Amino acid sequence: MSDTIGPEARPRLPRGVRLRQDPARGAWLLLAPETLFELNQSSVEILKRCTGEKSLREIVDDLAVTFAVERERLERETTALIGQLHDKRLIDL
Amino acid sequence: MTILPPPIGLLAELTHRCPLGCPYCSNPTRLDPKSTELDTATWQRVFQEAAELGVLHVHLSGGEPASRPDLARLVASCAELGLYSNLITSGVGLTESRIGTLGEAGLDHVQLSIQDAVPESADRIAGYRGAFARKREVARLVVAAGLPLTVNFVLHRGNIDRAGALVELAIELGARRVEIAHAQYYGWALTNRAALQPSPAQVRRAVAEVERQKAAHAGTIVIDHVAPDYHARYPKACMGGWARRSLNVTPSGRVLPCHAAETIPGLEFWSVVDHSLGEIWTSAPAFNAFRGTDWMREPCRSCPRQEVDFGGCRCQAMALVGDPRATDPVCTLSPDRAKVDAAVLAETGGDREDQGYVYRR
Repeated sequence: MSDTIGPEARPRLPRGVRLRQDPARGAWLLLAPETLFELNQSSVEILKRCTGEKSLREIVDDLAVTFAVERERLERETTALIGQLHDKRLIDL
Repeated sequence: MTILPPPIGLLAELTHRCPLGCPYCSNPTRLDPKSTELDTATWQRVFQEAAELGVLHVHLSGGEPASRPDLARLVASCAELGLYSNLITSGVGLTESRIGTLGEAGLDHVQLSIQDAVPESADRIAGYRGAFARKREVARLVVAAGLPLTVNFVLHRGNIDRAGALVELAIELGARRVEIAHAQYYGWALTNRAALQPSPAQVRRAVAEVERQKAAHAGTIVIDHVAPDYHARYPKACMGGWARRSLNVTPSGRVLPCHAAETIPGLEFWSVVDHSLGEIWTSAPAFNAFRGTDWMREPCRSCPRQEVDFGGCRCQAMALVGDPRATDPVCTLSPDRAKVDAAVLAETGGDREDQGYVYRR
């Protein structure tokens, strides 16, 4: 469950879960089996970095520098999003 | 005038041929013969038009889509167009090398049907000896090939008391997701309704068990639970509303707003042979027949739920009360709800003998 995600976890989108831009709707979408989610800009930036190469800590560091946002809040938001998607089996750790 | 939003999903019924004979089959009682099936190039054009129209998910279905030798080429076309491809299969006809080829072609997801958790019962329901063992093996091969697996179970009187065991089987097979769908009575399934209908007590126990498992296995497996509408208070939002989210192309190319739409008399369906998918989506008479809410009568017309469930299912209104404009009779606000309750009671009450199935052959 989401409360066990630590800063060293390396989140990645598994096969069958795709991040894509949709010109017909002018939106970024997360496509998954029989479902899809329209994403806001900050979720897109988080999920683009979920490739399995970076740890959660590194993802948050990168976002904090790139967007000049307070690190603590970013960490909370990122952990929450990844936790929700992990519960739905849309992210592997 | 509001702009019509694009469809999200395309159900591509590549063939009606199927090795199984499931009594709950929702395909129509009259099937498209093999000689009328669309060829590879036409399906590829349909996928191209779907992508241009804004479709995101393509569900490759049937019948058994693996009956088509060009399946991998069709998957590759979806992948090139950026369409998310979902193979809906019985598993029969899928070998290790074929699954490998489909994976390399870019298949996104496999949905495998299994009929029960007990092998003998599963084979009896499918009307196919050895089906259960075959499906177990296909599940193993799909997971080994690195493809995400959903297992799909249709619940009815013959397996509903094992709802919990079905979820456990899906976990054991390595599925990331399981669909538990209570039987719906369309097409062939309506013929077998008396043999399939569970009692209200069985439904209550199964629903409680599946909901308990949903909470217990969060993070291990996702359970999508499709409610049994005969036992519900309000109807399902069938297809998310008529001609609102998806298109259904039959093996010979007729385009339907839903699987069962041809049971409604007087609707004019267009074919991909004569029209583009875009023209069909915006202009085919069958798509516009029940689009939106203007067609509704009371009690739907003044109902605050009219854009929640869109009046339920047009085909069910046709099948049970003979009028596709009526409120879906499973709705407790429908004047015809008593007919649904009477059918459930007649089919499950008292000391009824267990009936045999009429298999699809």
